[in-house]
Amino acid sequence: MANGNATPAVDGWFTTGDRPALLGTRCVQCGTVFFPRESSFCRNPGCAGERFDEVELSRRGRVWSYTDARYQPPPPYIARTDPYEPFALAAVELEAEGLVVMGQVADGFGVDDLTVGAPVELVVEPLYTDDDGATRTIWRWRPLAGDGAGTGAGDDSSGAGSPGATGEEGSR
Amino acid sequence: MSNDVALVGVGMHPWGKWGRPFQSYGVHAARAALADAGLDWSDVQLVVGGETVRNGYAGYVAGATFAQALGWNGARVATAYAACATGAQALDTARARILAGMCDVALVVGADTTPKGFLAPNAGERYDDPDWLRFRLLGMTNPAYFALYARRRMDLYGATAADFARVKVKNARHGLANPYARYRKEVALDEVMASPVVADPLHLLDICATSDGGAAVVLTSSEFARSRGLPALRLRAVATVAPTFPNTVIEMPNFATDSTAAVAPADLTFRDSIAHAAYEEAGLGPEDVSLAEVYDLSTALELDWYENIGLCKPGEAEQLVRAGDTTVGGRVPVNPSGGLACFGEAVPAQALAQVCEVAWQLRGVAEGRQVEGAQAGITANQGLFGHGSSVIVSV
Ligand SMILES: [Zn+2]
Repeated sequence: MANGNATPAVDGWFTTGDRPALLGTRCVQCGTVFFPRESSFCRNPGCAGERFDEVELSRRGRVWSYTDARYQPPPPYIARTDPYEPFALAAVELEAEGLVVMGQVADGFGVDDLTVGAPVELVVEPLYTDDDGATRTIWRWRPLAGDGAGTGAGDDSSGAGSPGATGEEGSR
Repeated sequence: MSNDVALVGVGMHPWGKWGRPFQSYGVHAARAALADAGLDWSDVQLVVGGETVRNGYAGYVAGATFAQALGWNGARVATAYAACATGAQALDTARARILAGMCDVALVVGADTTPKGFLAPNAGERYDDPDWLRFRLLGMTNPAYFALYARRRMDLYGATAADFARVKVKNARHGLANPYARYRKEVALDEVMASPVVADPLHLLDICATSDGGAAVVLTSSEFARSRGLPALRLRAVATVAPTFPNTVIEMPNFATDSTAAVAPADLTFRDSIAHAAYEEAGLGPEDVSLAEVYDLSTALELDWYENIGLCKPGEAEQLVRAGDTTVGGRVPVNPSGGLACFGEAVPAQALAQVCEVAWQLRGVAEGRQVEGAQAGITANQGLFGHGSSVIVSV
């Protein structure tokens, strides 16, 4: 998993660590949340807001829909393995923010592990290795086991770097 | 007062992978449309080109490029770009100048030469461009977005892979007799479902290809058509609406929807609002249209459009395609041209190609795919970055 040398593939979009979260902004005036961040002018047409707080978005949400990429996407996508290995993608609804946010699905999980409405949690995993050999990371959505969903508590043990995902990664 | 203008000529260059400059398709289509209208190039006072972003400077100034290729005749030029909705924007520009009394005869042209495979973003590192970032950070191709919508139909409405395949089978049959279609071959249900999965649940044959092609439309003021005795159709509506905040359906190339934290979503989704605006402008409703040409970037997306243009309620589209309601001969045929399934997409030409097909249907000359007694037709599509496109033409 993400070690000391791993850095996010994009600056300022998500936090790392045990409880990673997406970073958005919230309009101080009207409360609209933006991801990716909006820092200049509020896009709510009825709001003149120009000041924003940085906010961590909910780490858990429900699947709005999902798919996968059976063929290697074209550049600027950088494949992590050769030969290419498919990965899944999910759009996830975050209730508190009223947002649906895209993300890849965590290593070791595919479309068969997902259904519309199912709970998922944010993790951070390697996306690709850059020209300097450093690991670049990205946020991903990891399916939560059936009923454990939505309790909101006791999820620390299932944070980034679950044994399953790490094991699979090591085998590549 | 009526906002109608006269649609007097349409023309196309066959879709395919011809590998020639886009200008050549555009000029071919333009000459065909002028001949169809019975007008001369010297009659044209305005040329509006649909921009293509993959053909260098000539593509950025498409209006001028076509005017120069046709031989500068002193006409004004304009160029419009709205991704897949480009053709409708170009048409809207021409219509507006005619309605403003600034010209009588306008030629609208779109043409493209497109690359093989997935449409990929332009080269270079562009961390401020969502269209670049979605590939770098997510590996999110266009079919992946279509697949999200398809999967929702399955999980929410019980759609099946066979339902999606039915759309392809229908459109392939429609396109058989269309001389402008690139793919003119029957496709069996099993063939669609046995083709490789590209983005679950969509198979290769559920997803449209990219093509070369060109389409053109000639518009005139109603008075001009009358004075010259031109047989004219009525261009009743060109809806180029943008979304209303908050847009709650995730769209290419975005990472997220708008937030509903402060403002509740409108009653109509963005895609619903596109056709709604067109109906309102035309003073017609879904019950008045004899046929529809909708943007079947994927088979499943065609089903979404049935609902978005009001042919049925949400969740009922599968019943329409199963019952043959949207097949030529059915209640309201959809994509009698064969749609993108038979054409493949030529971005700046496609929305105009939809209008060409509606025109041929309304004149009763769509040989081998004719919707009997067609009185009015609607087109619908949606371009990247919030571009609606819906055109209504009637006899
Ligand atoms: Zn605001």
